[in-house]
Amino acid sequence: MAEIHLKQLAHSYHPHPSGVQDYALKEIDHVWEDGKAYALLGASGCGKSTLLNVISGLLHPSQGQVLFNGEDVTNLPTEKRHIAQVFQFPVVYDTMSVYDNLAFPLRNRGRDEATIRQRVGDIAEMLELTGELKKKARGLAADAKQKISLGRGLVRQNVAAILFDEPLTVIDPHLKWLLRMQLKSLHQRISNTMIYVTHDQTEALTFADQVVVMHDGYVVQIGTPQALFERPSHTFVGYFIGSPGMNLLPVQIEGTQARLGELKIELPGRYTIPAGRKTELGIRPEFVSLSRENRGHSLPVSIQHIEDIGRHRIVRAELAGHALNVIVPGDVAVSDDCRYLDFDRSRINIYADDWLQEART
Amino acid sequence: MSLVLEQVSKIVDRKVHIHPVDLTLETGTLNVLLGPTQAGKTSLMRLMAGLDRPDSGRIWWNGQDVTGKPVQQRNIAMVYQQFINYPSLSVYDNIASPLRLRGIPRNEISKQVHKAAELLKLTPLLKRKPLELSGGQQQRCALARALVKEADLVLLDEPLANLDYKLREELREELPRIFTESGAIFVYATTEPTEALLLGGHTAALWEGRITQFGPTLAVYRHPRDMTTARVFSDPPMNFLSFTKSGHQLQLDNAQQLAASGPLADLANRSFHAGFRPDRLTLQPLSEHDLCFQVQVTVVEITGSESFVHLRYGEERWVALAAGIHELRPGSTIPVYLNPEQVYVFDTEQQLVIAPALAA
Repeated sequence: MAEIHLKQLAHSYHPHPSGVQDYALKEIDHVWEDGKAYALLGASGCGKSTLLNVISGLLHPSQGQVLFNGEDVTNLPTEKRHIAQVFQFPVVYDTMSVYDNLAFPLRNRGRDEATIRQRVGDIAEMLELTGELKKKARGLAADAKQKISLGRGLVRQNVAAILFDEPLTVIDPHLKWLLRMQLKSLHQRISNTMIYVTHDQTEALTFADQVVVMHDGYVVQIGTPQALFERPSHTFVGYFIGSPGMNLLPVQIEGTQARLGELKIELPGRYTIPAGRKTELGIRPEFVSLSRENRGHSLPVSIQHIEDIGRHRIVRAELAGHALNVIVPGDVAVSDDCRYLDFDRSRINIYADDWLQEART
Repeated sequence: MSLVLEQVSKIVDRKVHIHPVDLTLETGTLNVLLGPTQAGKTSLMRLMAGLDRPDSGRIWWNGQDVTGKPVQQRNIAMVYQQFINYPSLSVYDNIASPLRLRGIPRNEISKQVHKAAELLKLTPLLKRKPLELSGGQQQRCALARALVKEADLVLLDEPLANLDYKLREELREELPRIFTESGAIFVYATTEPTEALLLGGHTAALWEGRITQFGPTLAVYRHPRDMTTARVFSDPPMNFLSFTKSGHQLQLDNAQQLAASGPLADLANRSFHAGFRPDRLTLQPLSEHDLCFQVQVTVVEITGSESFVHLRYGEERWVALAAGIHELRPGSTIPVYLNPEQVYVFDTEQQLVIAPALAA
């Protein structure tokens, strides 16, 4: 198990990068704590796989170092880094039994059979594969195979870290629930350092202690799921986390008020934004409420469309010419004739040139 | 106009892929085929398209028997999970290709290509080749080509499965609008209940080669005819519990007895299965009639605004979806509550007996 220090790390696929735009991974300097679960979250091409490959040793970074427990492993090949990896598609030996598949990484390292039996038994128990151990991997369904893949990643003790690259992408929704839950349970029991790459916010948020959000080669925020939801430090995080994401409205700030066209919105504090910077008000759809009557400082809104998606409704509305999403819980009434809305003031965030601003109180 | 499947079945290597199915799809509708991998979604689509010939039954298109009529002789567009484009053609030419085949005038082609490109946010990419695009862009190119074709029947087989989560979310919002503007019959296969709900329209729940229910999407979600449909159409999974009604009591398998209140009081004295969605299993009682269960916490997943609390109740695995952040220790025992008004009840044949009344 290891603490991972990514020291002044950056990577470009160009042999002679001429500027920051040529870097798939912009310079970062982070220490990831031993035993914690991290998720790398972002869209395709954001640099998350580049970062994972640098950590695993598949890629040699253009600059900087990777330290495991203070030891520089930058020049070590993958197999010397003592890491376990789980990939998007199951890696199993079809002709071997489930037991032999799980035992493989241990046999490869010359562990004795008694240790192997113990360890494989434990892992099979945790992943609920005990009944399948004697079966050949061949006839198993995709999810069972991916379970074996997970098991092979988890079976070795004393690995520096376990890396997961989109491990649940090919799994059906129902089984995803089960596997995700088992993986989380496992992490709580074995507390290995885990790094999990995904584009799926639910997977990232539910799995990780800390979510590393990447965008365009930059790490834009590292935070707990709660922090990413409540205080996104960049507009991209606001957009990317949440379904739908955070509403962003172009505003001008005047002390404790924001002006949106003709409308005035009360803010949770006083902001000072230098002139010439793009200023936006961010409010999540969960923190907007609709009403038929003006509740005092309500803003006039027109409802375009109400989508009932079972548990709640997503209302597509227009506020001062801007599209705005509202989430209405299942037990709250909503109809086309709701002409007013209110923001939960304490939940408003203000952004200047896409970065979160602090209020002065 | 309509597409009618009448007792259509398909057998491959002596295994039944599709049991005899009856299904009527009306023109201008979006129809979701919802079910897990290998439930028969793709098989059914191939039969609809005429790519495969059914082993029994007939397929009618506007009252005409088209059983066995090959796909080339019918006006059908298909989009698959894997992106399929002509690699040597630009995005523009890819989208234009079905129109050129039909001999449409050049300026009309340009108009339609640009409209579809605008809809699918491809306008800046029209000159690129597919391989210079991201996966999401390639799939949007394939979608645009299917749309301009103005096919009578558009079959979309998990078209968003290989795309990024956020892009999927945006396309899901766009697609129903695109669909309603076109007059075609759309059939859309997915494994994800949430996707079916976002798309709306009608949903056919599929399980092991059978359509267990077909109807307006929300109606199927709210009134699943049987436990299989309820299972197929729930994400997170629906929670279940068996009980026997006896007088004013609900007798559970673990010998616990609960007072039968609300709609449960009217049940006959026999055995049933209760089903309840995770957001209905609460950490606080909502009414004095709530049923209370002592459950064991397995693990808690926190999404930032909500907590998925995974639980064990005897042999049953349950999930409670609670608003807010709840840090509960794995292994600890806690009470959870269930409002009897929010319970689905199925009989021992797994058929629906009671569905919760609709929320306001």
